[in-house]
Amino acid sequence: MDTGAHYTLYHPKWYRRPVSVWWWLESWPYTQFVLRELTSLAVAYFALLTLWQAYAIRRGPEAYARFLARLASPLFIVFDVIAFFFVLFHSFTWFNLTPKAMVVRVRGKRVRDSVIIGVNYVAWAVISITLAWILLRGGG
Amino acid sequence: MPPSWVVGNPTVRWEAMARPKTPLLWFLFSMGGTVAAFLIPVHLFLFGLALPLGWIQGPSQASLLGLVRHPLVRLYLFVLISLPLFHWAHRFRYTLYDGLKLKHLTELIAVLCYGSALAGAAVAAYTLWSAP
Repeated sequence: MDTGAHYTLYHPKWYRRPVSVWWWLESWPYTQFVLRELTSLAVAYFALLTLWQAYAIRRGPEAYARFLARLASPLFIVFDVIAFFFVLFHSFTWFNLTPKAMVVRVRGKRVRDSVIIGVNYVAWAVISITLAWILLRGGG
Repeated sequence: MPPSWVVGNPTVRWEAMARPKTPLLWFLFSMGGTVAAFLIPVHLFLFGLALPLGWIQGPSQASLLGLVRHPLVRLYLFVLISLPLFHWAHRFRYTLYDGLKLKHLTELIAVLCYGSALAGAAVAAYTLWSAP
């Protein structure tokens, strides 16, 4: 009797559904994941901007004035607005993931996730206000 | 024949998988991510938005130069520039692998990403510690 079965010498390849390059638009959590991954571009943009600023400061008043004028152009304002939202997104996601990355124990008891996250946000506020104060003190 | 840890006990297998192959790169990624999360928003808001839009009066070049001459400020700026670059390199590498499905270009992408971060860090060190 022929069962219709075919046997091959080699192990078969399982069928895998081909994945589109746009797989991350299929659901909101995926999109959030990709937005979070893309925050790295805003982070790199900021690093280069700060390097440029340090370079201009070292070169002298004219170079620094040119740097400020360039920064005030509409193109850079648009870049900076977008980058600002992305780095904020990075901060939020980074702080919210902290309890998953490290477990803190006080007297043998595990510190609640919400406490760790809360401490992060308070530290963030204190650091931001202090830095703004230092930078603006020399203003005018 | 499968690698020895596959047939061994499950604990050993898990440890082998969880251990990062490159602890230094992972360390730079997480340090850079932390520096970025705490420090970048306020810097970018002040110098990228508030100052160009005229909401605040920024410090003069002379006072900024005075700040930058301080050894601790140089170190701070170096950390503020270089660690986030390594954070970018590590994260963007995986963005390219997963997002654009470029897994077959692994080596090239890794060299380009970490190489750029290294170059950026070198330029930052030179800019901050050269001249007066």
